[in-house]
Parts: sequence; structure tokens; C-alpha cells
Amino acid sequence: MTTAPSLDELQLLDSLRQGDERAFAAFVEEHGSTMLRVARLYVRDRAAAEEVVQEAWLGVLRGIDRFEGRSSLRTWLFRIVTNLAKTRGVRESRSVPFSALVSEEVEDAGPSVPPERFRGPEDRWWGHWSSPPEEWGRPEHELLSAETRDVIARAIDALPDVQRQVITLRDVEGWSSDEVCNALDLSETNQRVLLHRARTKVRHALDDYLVGE
Amino acid sequence: MSVQEITCKELVEVVTDHLEGRMPPDRRLLFEEHVAFCSWCRTYLDQMRETIRITGTLTEDDLSPETRDALLEAFRNWNAQSR
Repeated sequence: MTTAPSLDELQLLDSLRQGDERAFAAFVEEHGSTMLRVARLYVRDRAAAEEVVQEAWLGVLRGIDRFEGRSSLRTWLFRIVTNLAKTRGVRESRSVPFSALVSEEVEDAGPSVPPERFRGPEDRWWGHWSSPPEEWGRPEHELLSAETRDVIARAIDALPDVQRQVITLRDVEGWSSDEVCNALDLSETNQRVLLHRARTKVRHALDDYLVGE
Repeated sequence: MSVQEITCKELVEVVTDHLEGRMPPDRRLLFEEHVAFCSWCRTYLDQMRETIRITGTLTEDDLSPETRDALLEAFRNWNAQSR
């Protein structure tokens, strides 16, 4: 992405360069937890992720005087943490090359909903639901309860690596598809396919929990 | 039934394309027509939206106080050295 730093970011940059500790603390506060989550995508272990984040901030301090503002500060920040976390992930040797994971997950194309839930080709209503989805019909406080969110968290944890990363960044962190494509070096189409698989599985887990299998 | 009608089985595969605004206009129209008439697919689409919404409420982890302190310390050192 080529977005230049915003005015706010330029002011922040200025404060940081002048050694404004409060500005730095606020900057860490603003991005720390997201960086932690991004790091965890690659290293899985909380302590290691925390070290990666710390290392990333040290990298920020080392680089900030040379930061030329060709990208936004936020993009730069996440590039640093992503690179460090990837390197660390490789060292922990849990990684098949990322591009191999992507093609594996993109090509692995099962249907979103089991085919037996639709009418077969002999039917006049071929391709329509034979076993349609049931409405969840739960009050808001149940949908947003800790238990329901735990079902989602576990479903996300169980996803293949790249799908887990995409849905975490898009739907938990609220990143745009451009930002995710950029951070994970994915094509827009692959990003969308993986997001679809991930959301479909999470919906399915939620459906099992709310409606019963 | 027109030939290019979207079936329920097809619709569940393109829900994300639709939500992401990535459908060609003619397909989007067929999608919307289908959903307007099919309450089952409306339920499915609503559930996808609900899933996204609830996923968005998952809480983030915060950095530990130790890390935060270490970073402020690092900032002070950096500041002292760069002057």
C-alpha cells in the first residue's frame, strides 16, 4: 500500500523524534495489542509473540530517524512486526513456506455447505435447500455471551493457518481487504476465497452450537 | 425459472463475494432477487452477517505491563543516546 502518513501521523512522528515519552506510550497503547495478535499468527506462543512485539518496537526506535514516510506509519509498523514474527516462526520451524500454505488452502475446495442439504439433480427444485438453515432466534445477550464468543474463538483457532490469519485480521481486527492483502502478500481473489472458507466454518460452528447438530 | 438463476447451493458459495462487493452487476442482481424470494437463503445470509458481527466483538489481548515498562525504558535510552 502506498498511503502516505496522515497529518496525525506526521505530528506523532515529530513528537517521537523529539523524545516525547507520552506520545510513545500512547502509540504503544494504540497498536500493541493488534501487533501482539499479528505476531501470534506466526509464532502461536504468547511469550514468543510478546518478545517479537518488543523487538519490533526496538526496530521502530532504531529506524524512526530514517523513516521517510513513503508508507503510513501504521503500515511500516506492521511490516516490521510481520517480518520479525515470520522469521521467528521459521526458526521455530513450524512453517511450511507461506506461499505453499496459501495454494494448498485455496485449492482445497470443499463445498461451503454439505451437498446433501440441497435437492439433487433429479428434483424439479434442483440446487435448492432440502434441509434449510434454522433461524438462530436467540436474544442479543446470548449471541454476545462469553460462551458464544468462545465457540467462535475455538473455531478460529482450529482453522488452517492462512484462513486463521485472514479472518483474524479482517473480522477481529477490522482491517480492510487491501491491508490484509498487503500484510500477507495475498492476491485480492485468494484473500476473498480464504475469508469465505474461514467465515463459512465459523458460521457452521456457531450454528452447531446455537441450533444443535 | 430462467437459465442463469442462482440456486441456493450456488448462493452459499458467493455470499462473501456479495458482502465484499465483488460480484459483477448482473450476478449481483440475480443474487438479490434470489434472497428477496428465498427466506432460507435470507436466513443463511443473515447468519453470515451475524457471524461477522460477533467475531468483531472478540476481545484483544493487551501487552503485559512488563513489556510496556521495558519499552518505555528503551524509549528513554534511545532518547538519551540520540541527543
